[in-house]
Amino acid sequence: MGSSNYEPTNKAVKWFEDRLPILGLLHGTVGAGYLAPRNLNYWWNFGSLAGFMLVVQIITGVVLVMHYTPHVDMAFRAVEHIMRDVNYGWLIRYIHSNGASMFFVVVYIHILRGMYFGSYKSPREVLWFLGLVIYLLMMATGFMGYVLPWGQMSFWGATVITNLFGAFDFYDGMGEGILHLLWGGFSVDNPTLQRFFSLHYLLPFVIVGVVILHIWALHLPGSNNPLGIDAKGPGDKIPFHPYYTAKDAFGLSFFIVIFAIFIFYMPNIMGHPDNYIEANPMVTPPHIVPEWYYLPFYTILKAVPDKLFGVIAMFASILIFFVLPWLDGSKVRSAKFRPTTAFFFWLFLVNALFLGYLGTKLPDEIMIDMAGGIDALTLGRISSVFYFAYFIVIVPWVSRRETTKPVPTSIAQSVLDSRKEG
Amino acid sequence: MTTKDQVEHGEGVTRRNFLYVASGAVGAVGVTAAAWPLVDQMNPSADVLALASVEVDLSTIAEGSTVKILWRGKPIFIRHRTAAEIKTAVADNGANDLIDPEDDQARASRPEWLIMVGVCTHLGCVPLDQRGDFNGWFCPCHGSHYDISGRIRKGPAPRNLEVPKYAFLSDTTVKIG
Repeated sequence: MGSSNYEPTNKAVKWFEDRLPILGLLHGTVGAGYLAPRNLNYWWNFGSLAGFMLVVQIITGVVLVMHYTPHVDMAFRAVEHIMRDVNYGWLIRYIHSNGASMFFVVVYIHILRGMYFGSYKSPREVLWFLGLVIYLLMMATGFMGYVLPWGQMSFWGATVITNLFGAFDFYDGMGEGILHLLWGGFSVDNPTLQRFFSLHYLLPFVIVGVVILHIWALHLPGSNNPLGIDAKGPGDKIPFHPYYTAKDAFGLSFFIVIFAIFIFYMPNIMGHPDNYIEANPMVTPPHIVPEWYYLPFYTILKAVPDKLFGVIAMFASILIFFVLPWLDGSKVRSAKFRPTTAFFFWLFLVNALFLGYLGTKLPDEIMIDMAGGIDALTLGRISSVFYFAYFIVIVPWVSRRETTKPVPTSIAQSVLDSRKEG
Repeated sequence: MTTKDQVEHGEGVTRRNFLYVASGAVGAVGVTAAAWPLVDQMNPSADVLALASVEVDLSTIAEGSTVKILWRGKPIFIRHRTAAEIKTAVADNGANDLIDPEDDQARASRPEWLIMVGVCTHLGCVPLDQRGDFNGWFCPCHGSHYDISGRIRKGPAPRNLEVPKYAFLSDTTVKIG
């Protein structure tokens, strides 16, 4: 990863370093050997926060497995056993269940930061891809983890999501064949629970592997920065340690306070009460909702009247992020110098939040009481169209037409100028 | 041919080229053969496939009511239909809002007994009884409306509620599966 000028003074450390240069690798990656742009703001904190959450989830997850049984007759009771009997079991489970939400919060902010400041643009496309792969793996891991408590939402969420793959029914019996393969039976049942458990344990370690690739790809061009211009001379950069380790640690302590508020004061606010009812294949809850972090995509699924095209639209809404580096044709990275781009970015964000809000509503629920009543389905369709229009029309058109503001010549110059003004 | 394989960058197909392709092909077949058990283990196992069929006593099901039983982990609806319901179902055979056109006679060999898998063909929820625009079944998840023959009439579901394989062992006993 980072090129290292690491020279240990301690003889024993030097002896070890000569035989396995791992300390130098760390030094050049997250230590003083990595030179980062001097102007990174707090939005650049969220990468390390995501790394922190990954570690938290793995540690609490490994501990939870010591008390859990992946079997339809025992899983629900095992979770109650953790909550009531195991020492601090409630705390560890609440950290893990709220941790999933926190992980998604920081990753969403991390992705949006990349969108705003143009971090996906050349030469960081592969870095962006690897981030999206991590995000997709997180979605799969989060979904399978939600099934493990074997409550009503676990069961019916699993049923609805696995059934999505039955839409690929191109010859007679194909859709059904896919579903039987996924379930290991004729419905979501014990074989499904057991394979989800196995994969839920595996995928986080796959994520760790892709995170290492993500950091590797980051360190070739180096971090982007709020100005979006390349860091050139030594005046543009400062060592990652101690400057950004300290800044990240400060941000982390603030984040942990918020995380703790959820764990101790509202541990179930992100969950659904129906998941405290044991799974029952005979009764569908009146209203199935996925976890909040899938809601915008769930609205897009519901907005399309055809089953297959609904599923395709839902997957496309995520996969379209992969082509963003080419949809955006601007020579300037940061939206700081692209006012029209910035305006549409915030509109995109508001629309995405609105899509998420609509995801919790029933399709025929009246949202606006005018013109005979506008229901959630209609609004979901309008919002979904805007979502895709942002990528397919707005970004390509605005990025190629927009008159950008003058970009500073160097990071150091910009920092000095802002000091003079201040 | 015996001398040609000495030439590494020569024109034409050499014995070395052949060996590359042949060993590559054998390797690919080997990898596929090794991968197949790893994929196929995910399919339903023998004990799941061997799940016994169920026999249901129909004498206890009153006219105008639906009984739900569990078969292969899925709910089965058995509805004892009234004469009026059968009449409506047959009359709707030619309705132009049928998304997956099918005659009622083809769905219920004995018209008073409608036997279906109670799983919405959209995304697998259990539809609710005697609800929806057609007073048949209504799926609360994404709003699919089924009629009294279990045919999809409105909403996102692509197909009618599935009719499982069943046989009447006597006038009061049906075997499903």
